[in-house]
Amino acid sequence: MFTDSDLTAFSITLRLALVTVGILLVIGTPLAWWLANTRWRYKALVEAAVALPLVLPPTVIGFYLLISLGPRGSIGQASEFLGIGPLAFTFSGLVIGSVIYSLPFVVQPLQSAFTSIGRAPREVAATLGAGRLDRFFSIVLPLARPGYMTAAVLGFAHTLGEFGVVLMIGGNIPGRTQVLSIAIYDHVEALDYSSAHWLAGSLLLLSFLMLLLVYGLNRRFDMVRV
Amino acid sequence: MSIEVSVKVRKDDFVLDAAFSVPASGVTAVFGRSGCGKSTLLRTLAGLESAQPGGRIVVNGVPWLQDGKSMPTHQRRVAYVFQEPTLFTHMNVRRNLEYGLKRNGRNEGRARFDEIVSLLGVGGFLERRPDTLSGGERQRVAIARALLSAPQLLLMDEPLAALDMHSKHDILPFLDRLCAESRIPVLYVSHSPEEVVRLAEHLIVMEQGSVLEEGPLQQVLGRIDSPLARADDAFSVLTCAIAEPDGPCGLSVLRTAAGESMYVPRIHDIHGTIRLKVDARDVSLCLERPVGSSILNVLAAEIVSLSEADAKGQILVQLQLPRSGENLLARISEYSAQQLSLTPGGKIFAQIKAIALLS
Repeated sequence: MFTDSDLTAFSITLRLALVTVGILLVIGTPLAWWLANTRWRYKALVEAAVALPLVLPPTVIGFYLLISLGPRGSIGQASEFLGIGPLAFTFSGLVIGSVIYSLPFVVQPLQSAFTSIGRAPREVAATLGAGRLDRFFSIVLPLARPGYMTAAVLGFAHTLGEFGVVLMIGGNIPGRTQVLSIAIYDHVEALDYSSAHWLAGSLLLLSFLMLLLVYGLNRRFDMVRV
Repeated sequence: MSIEVSVKVRKDDFVLDAAFSVPASGVTAVFGRSGCGKSTLLRTLAGLESAQPGGRIVVNGVPWLQDGKSMPTHQRRVAYVFQEPTLFTHMNVRRNLEYGLKRNGRNEGRARFDEIVSLLGVGGFLERRPDTLSGGERQRVAIARALLSAPQLLLMDEPLAALDMHSKHDILPFLDRLCAESRIPVLYVSHSPEEVVRLAEHLIVMEQGSVLEEGPLQQVLGRIDSPLARADDAFSVLTCAIAEPDGPCGLSVLRTAAGESMYVPRIHDIHGTIRLKVDARDVSLCLERPVGSSILNVLAAEIVSLSEADAKGQILVQLQLPRSGENLLARISEYSAQQLSLTPGGKIFAQIKAIALLS
């Protein structure tokens, strides 16, 4: 069945996906809000930059990250200076890579949720005496709930399945940076199909259960709404 | 107490340049064609649109915009009813209503809540979600919610325009009551003469971003040089007392300020005074009081002025009724005016063929 290193890969993968989604929701909210509301002329520049990970081969992202996270890269030197040490081939490095890789999957659903809410409810709230933050928390956040749900699921699932970026900057170190997708690849390379089956099957089941939970919850909310 | 406004707003190609001062009580209608800047004016008053430097908005002595300092919307004690009823869809009706109540910083609580809920008749669906309500019901909730925020100025931007006929009739009586009972000044944007005449006491007429005319309703309506009078459907408004609600043959008898009787179809459930809308084309003129005419309503009046003839050879005659000084407009042909040799200052009898009852 599962070897110890398979189980570790499992837990690293889940931890990576959870931490990544958490960070993305926090930094994605202001970014998506800004994109949805700004009238800045060059907003398209930022939008294009956010969407880049959608089209770039993961190995390209991984390559650049590897260089900048390494001891001679800009981020690497900064982290060295701060006494954290180089980030390449560490879990923190994986998180940084995943955050960049999955950014559009979180920002875009949030941005479209904010856009579809529109100005009207916020303007009404303002005339009823609600200040900026009050409006965001009492009106925008609850109305954007389906958007947050989609963003979280997409971000989580996308991080769960990433391969190229992780391979480049994580280095596939069992017990430290080896995630599920790479572990499966290793098993297949070694012609150990039975282990690969176990891992792939459980990932399939886990993903399906997660989606089922989310859609089920969304429906329950819908029924409460009516 | 008054509302003083002098603002300039630039929006792409459109420029709003409005200055006026209206009493801080009763209903002031802002009237004009679509695209004349009515909504922009209201949005600027609410602080949702930013004015050019040098603008000034003072409401009951509180500067909302002055010396380049603009108070943010949520601090202005303003409430806004939009054309599309915009309820918060993630809250039920009760929580929608409480949203403004909680934030108005006054502890009026329960009593005020119950009063306004019953004023707008929304008590029956407090626990319902907004998406289960009809358009008219939603707009009533939106109006109640606006009132509960304890505003010093209520802005209403064509609150009936997005509603179907049925919902309109459903909501008008509530607006009547609101306008009659509320102590809050209301600025009511509309392009419907019926609504304006029914609800407003004061009138601002706008055209292409600027204020054309402004003053008490009847004064503005009675002028033959106003754009309202130039329109085909020029009309004037008379106020009458109800003398005999149950008159002969299904009629009610009204009394003008000068003591003349007016006959209208039977009126129900209205007491005291009533407003009548009289279209200028339904008024004809006679030098003598007509005898043996089927037209019941004849009023003695004095000619104030006559307009130039329009393309169809018709002129507008501005009349003034004795005692009340109310203006009445008559549209007649230029030829008749010459035949009767009408001149300002002359005595005349106005025959009124049809009357619309307002409130």
